[in-house]
Amino acid sequence: MKQFAELFERLDQTNKTLEKIQLIADYLQQACDEDKLWAIALFTGRKPPRIAHTTLMRQWAARCAGLPVWLVEETWHTVGDLGETLAGIIPDTSENNRNQGTLHEMIHQIVTIQSLKDDSEKERKVTAIWKSLSRKERLVFNKLCAGSLRLGVSQGLLVKAIHHAFQIPEEVISRRIMGQWDPFTTTFKELILQPGENDNIAKPYPFYLAYPLEEETDIKNNLSGWLIEFKWDGIRAQIIQRKKELFIWSRGEELVTDRYPELHFLKDVLPDGTVLDGELLAWKENKPLSFQLLQKRIGRKTLTRSLLSEIPVIFMAYDITEWQGLDIRNKPLSERKEILYGLVSSVHSPALLYSPVMNAETWDQVLHFKSLCKGNGSEGLMLKKTNSPYETGRKKGNWWKWKLDPFTIDAVLIYAQYGHGRRAGLLTDYTFAVWNEHQLVPVAKAYSGLTNEEITELDKWIKKHTIEKFGPVRSVEPFHVFELAFEGIQQSTRHKSGVALRFPRISRWRKDKTVREANTLQDLKALLQTTGQI
Amino acid sequence: MSDLIISTPYGLYCEPADIFLDPWQSVPKAIITHAHSDHARRGCGSYLCHHHAKPLLKARLGDINVQSVEYNEKIIINGVTISLHPAGHIPGSAQIRIEYQGKVWVFSGDYKLHHDGISTNFELTPCHVFISESTFGLPFFQWPPPDQVFQEIQRWWMKNKSEGVSSILFAYSLGKAQRLLAHLQISDSPVFVHGAVHTMNEACKAAGIKLPETLRVSEVYDNRLFKGALVIAPSSANGTPWLRRFGPYRTAIVSGWMALRGARRWQAADRGFVLSDHADWNALNAVVKGTGAGKVFVTHGYTETFSRWLCENGIPAAVLHSQYTGEQTTETETAEES
Repeated sequence: MKQFAELFERLDQTNKTLEKIQLIADYLQQACDEDKLWAIALFTGRKPPRIAHTTLMRQWAARCAGLPVWLVEETWHTVGDLGETLAGIIPDTSENNRNQGTLHEMIHQIVTIQSLKDDSEKERKVTAIWKSLSRKERLVFNKLCAGSLRLGVSQGLLVKAIHHAFQIPEEVISRRIMGQWDPFTTTFKELILQPGENDNIAKPYPFYLAYPLEEETDIKNNLSGWLIEFKWDGIRAQIIQRKKELFIWSRGEELVTDRYPELHFLKDVLPDGTVLDGELLAWKENKPLSFQLLQKRIGRKTLTRSLLSEIPVIFMAYDITEWQGLDIRNKPLSERKEILYGLVSSVHSPALLYSPVMNAETWDQVLHFKSLCKGNGSEGLMLKKTNSPYETGRKKGNWWKWKLDPFTIDAVLIYAQYGHGRRAGLLTDYTFAVWNEHQLVPVAKAYSGLTNEEITELDKWIKKHTIEKFGPVRSVEPFHVFELAFEGIQQSTRHKSGVALRFPRISRWRKDKTVREANTLQDLKALLQTTGQI
Repeated sequence: MSDLIISTPYGLYCEPADIFLDPWQSVPKAIITHAHSDHARRGCGSYLCHHHAKPLLKARLGDINVQSVEYNEKIIINGVTISLHPAGHIPGSAQIRIEYQGKVWVFSGDYKLHHDGISTNFELTPCHVFISESTFGLPFFQWPPPDQVFQEIQRWWMKNKSEGVSSILFAYSLGKAQRLLAHLQISDSPVFVHGAVHTMNEACKAAGIKLPETLRVSEVYDNRLFKGALVIAPSSANGTPWLRRFGPYRTAIVSGWMALRGARRWQAADRGFVLSDHADWNALNAVVKGTGAGKVFVTHGYTETFSRWLCENGIPAAVLHSQYTGEQTTETETAEES
């Protein structure tokens, strides 16, 4: 428990990914197998049963510390975190810090206490444990008891740490820790160390990624050698069916199979040895829903029925890299498309779609296809050479992405804040506003888009023209106008203006414009109406 | 009998002596508990404080009309007996004891019980009415032993040093910075200080407090000297261009607020060390009880909560309005050093 509490504290103290990986790997190497297993269980969101309702826990802690319950609650409102509050109000005496129990022993104690019928018996046991732990151990213990331990470690990071500690390939670890397993019934050896015959069945292919279109002449001169597709604005993903198991990988190389139950039927309908490349999209009435809605699905571990019906997800397939157990990445794209089309047609499901392929004879036709993007919810076109293989990583030449021109508005700089990392010490985080009648209302924050010279010039100007400082934020005289480019606009209840811009960045410093010439909120609301992304 | 000390728009006021205690507006006569900016403000006609506080007040407030006294030295004004008693908060900090017609009131200013190596130890002063701070007046605030914290800071610094990374400690420029200097083992490594800390170090030395030698950051022309070094700066320097000269560095905040995990994250420092010049929950309770006071007023901090707690424990207590802030999460008074 001491070591795990130490790990918890140190993870809390760093934002650096490499340090986190090292800390977890170190812990896993020195902990006993039972603790290793439980640490992995906790990192993947598994938890022991909750001992008691938090109201009871507050009463027990109050009695243990000799304080009235109201004072514990007042303190909790200031501290903000209940586990932390209860850990902090119990006095640390020389009696504390004598508990030598390890993580898994502590969890087994929690299970025993949870199963007790009598609340006063539970209280007696919990109080005894509190008194035997140091403050930072109590914090972890409380969070374990309340089922609220959050470690801020992503699955990808945990996988890297386990890989670092035991030299097992990352995709194998991902698969093992993602599946259904229970720390109460399995062992660390079974879960992580024992090689299985199906270890490699989850292994994805590296994604082939396109560059933004640079030069259209080659394409114009040989249109028949190119296929055109819509560029979908979802989550790039790979679907693998091997040996009757299904795996869905996102581009972040995270195994996300559990999050998309509407695709689990593919396990039974795709033939063994199939790997598809495509896009996960939130989809309703033959159209993608906004990326904002899809994002609601990304973060959720528990999927409610209402969420699933509100935001159903489909897979828009546009390539196939493995077929009948063979790697077919070197076959020309046109052949792969044929196989894919045949497969998607035979599956015949509204949850597996074939991304339409278009051929153009004239450049005007290409431009026509591009004009369709706004209406069908895609974000532009993909241009792919008909005979291209499926390459590895980001490569130029065979595939290009051609996004729609961004929207632009002219907005006024009103707040500035210090930047981070490379830009620390310079005021580089800007907030921009547009007019709402006679008031400037903030609509976007933007960090990038200016040259270093412009940043330095603006930094100096801001320092001279600061009106007020609120903590790290400075308000400045409304004077400078900037053209902001953005990808879309959405209704927002979180922003005072009622709208949120998607991926805003500075495209130009409009020194030629005065603040009165900036856009209005009405302009933005009109745009919201026409693009219809609500 | 009416109250001997009352809260007025100008500050706490003792009418029979016609004198203000730590006033927050300009008044003719002020007694000052200590030189932090929320207790010692500009513009008063005359100031009275402890000998050690005098150079600190001058460093903060400029050329003021200030008289100083020793602890326990009695001054009588209009039949009111006034004396200062050690508060243990920072060098020269005092509780103000006021006795009139057989009644004793004590105003604590800010105080702590731990010996800090630079201030005179807190002295419990029995009284009928005690006016206390409660900056950390919640049971959550229970300080770890300071020696343990100094060891943690030392270890952090040594680890950074071994990696060639500078260690930037953010601490109050008056009090906390000198307390760190007095406790860290700095014999074989140079320590650099921000200009605001330097000014206060000089003022403390003028008050006769022994401090190790430090170098002022602005006097260093070769940034390579900062490699692996310890730098002490006020927290207002966090996130400013001033930090750019240090190359690779890690930051830590030294404050009682660092007991709260959220406070460190919010201020974006790499580490937080829990060390305060204020009394924690247990110390506040021990002192209030120890004074034997039959009535307690609470001036700042978690005033409502702390006074309700005292009332429930049989000590009549109430909030006394003031403009003191106690320890803050950032120090606002320090000018930027170019």
